[in-house]
Amino acid sequence: MADEKVSPDALAKIHHGFRAMILSRTLENKLSSLYKAGKIVGGVYLGKGQEAISASLGTVLIKGKDVYAPLIRDQAGRTAFGEDLLDVTRTYLGKVTGPMKGRDGNVHRGRPKEGMPAMISHLGASLSYIAGMLFARRLRGELNDAIGAATFGDGATSTGAFHEGLNLAAVENLPIIVLVVNNSFAYSTPNDRQFSCDNLISRAEGYGVTGHEVDGTDFLACMDVMTQAAESARAGNGPQLIVANALRLCGHGEHDDAKYIPAELRAQSRDCIEVAESQMQENGFLSSEEIANIKQESKVQVTEAVAIAQREPTPDPRKDDWQALGMKNTIL
Amino acid sequence: MALTYIEAIHTAQRELLEESADVFIYGQDVGAFGGAFKATEGLAEAFPGRVIDAPISEDAMAGMVIGAAVEGARPILEMQFADFSSVAFNQIVNQAATHYYRTGVQVPITVRLPSGGTPGSGPFHSQTMESIYAHYPGLIVVTPATVADAYGMLKEAVMMDDPVMYCEHKFLYRWLRADELKKNSLPIGQARIVRPGKDATVVTYSAMVHEAVKAAEMLKEDGWEIEVVDLRSVKPIDIDTIMASISRTGRLLALGEGFPWGGVTAEVVSLVVAEGFHLLDAAPMRLNSKDTPVPYHPDLWAAHRPTPESISVSLKHLLRL
Repeated sequence: MADEKVSPDALAKIHHGFRAMILSRTLENKLSSLYKAGKIVGGVYLGKGQEAISASLGTVLIKGKDVYAPLIRDQAGRTAFGEDLLDVTRTYLGKVTGPMKGRDGNVHRGRPKEGMPAMISHLGASLSYIAGMLFARRLRGELNDAIGAATFGDGATSTGAFHEGLNLAAVENLPIIVLVVNNSFAYSTPNDRQFSCDNLISRAEGYGVTGHEVDGTDFLACMDVMTQAAESARAGNGPQLIVANALRLCGHGEHDDAKYIPAELRAQSRDCIEVAESQMQENGFLSSEEIANIKQESKVQVTEAVAIAQREPTPDPRKDDWQALGMKNTIL
Repeated sequence: MALTYIEAIHTAQRELLEESADVFIYGQDVGAFGGAFKATEGLAEAFPGRVIDAPISEDAMAGMVIGAAVEGARPILEMQFADFSSVAFNQIVNQAATHYYRTGVQVPITVRLPSGGTPGSGPFHSQTMESIYAHYPGLIVVTPATVADAYGMLKEAVMMDDPVMYCEHKFLYRWLRADELKKNSLPIGQARIVRPGKDATVVTYSAMVHEAVKAAEMLKEDGWEIEVVDLRSVKPIDIDTIMASISRTGRLLALGEGFPWGGVTAEVVSLVVAEGFHLLDAAPMRLNSKDTPVPYHPDLWAAHRPTPESISVSLKHLLRL
């Protein structure tokens, strides 16, 4: 990709995605430190190594119009989609000021009314939920060219919910990007104990949907594929199954040393952030100075978001209304 | 013209579709076919695009209506049989039921569950699921026993902003009739005294209300006056009406068609004992179906669930007869 062939809009998106990758990596490094220092309430599951995939999806989605169900390794996608950094730090630090008010934590945070559902732990469940959001809009005649996206890992493809959801979305021809990040291990379970097809992308044909495959460490390739898939979905071509391959550069969670990942596999893998930095410079999209500035700005933003959240209160059990139903002041 | 229970459900759905553009019905065979029990007959034609056949994917069906509800729709999800909602269990109890508490966003779905046994239906088309769903915070669980309630509670359920499990009883579908649909029935959350009495109280719900009334009639021949309380909604449960009745009669039989371990009847006994022990003149009793899967053969099935005869035997024990 040469600089002169890239439209200003595409270049802006590349910049946006790259910034989200850097900010996400900076934030996740900080979260890892905070976890090790015992400052985090609950578990920490990071997306290191999968930022290119995640950020490129978040970049092609339009907040306020599209809907996006991220999973546990989607900090970069969340950031690219427009999630407030304070939502992240407030949740991880267990503050009542966060979007979940301490009632749920960390990767489970979301703002459903702003197009980002709050994930449950049961894998595959978000696919039909996103389908329903789009279905309701279409029913009202308000779908226009909005799309939805939901992300999964290789392990989630084994669930009934994933199958049911993708089949339903295909039957309804809904504009959904179904992103499967194959990082070769579901927690510790390798692909050959997870599925027996040669490549998950071959499932696209079985579902009657368009399939795309991409090297998840190649940021610009990810941007291309996400852009194509989003355009195709917006044009009414139904679900787009994307399989992106990239090893995660961390454990399943920060409690996990990932010793089950063979050393030779680790040695072969590359860090998408390093790849993206080279791509930005080689194509003249950003200079090394500009990249350094982005990193510095990210550090400042993360430090500030952590500092603000640290000063805020934790939930008070005496102030929670302990109501699981929204209807109040009635017989109920 | 008398309306049946299933016709009341049909009428409620037709009116809901007419009254609100946000309502749609989703389920297996609900479209042109009109549903396995004809609860949606003719509705797909009358409301194009709003009464939609689903693939046989209960999990995804439930997830889909939850997402739609978050976007402002008021979906009615028809489970072809309540038994099959076990496949959608995750979406119902983990996605829908936790949604408001976690995110502050309510999920106005109504899940219609054709429940309970009929002769010959067997283990997988006869289950009652109200106890399971009532266990989870974040769900309203209703169990209409009359034609008027089948109508009124469905209309109320769909307009509620929280998720409602609407347990309709298949045994009542066709024989139960009413001359009119009382449009101002009690609100969800209030029980109803079906039949007043002073000697003992039967607290029950759904189809068992009718079996309890038959048992009460049998005991009336010997001069006993049995009060029958129809819970109408098992969650929230109307403890005030239950306690008021116990204070009059001093004796409780909690009756349900569900399996005996735990469940609605256990909850009723537990609440009464905890809050009204001093009101009781005898140890409270429970009567449920047997602790086996629901059997297929009509003779086995009839002996598996409580009957007017077994209810009256329980009541006689309760009355120390």
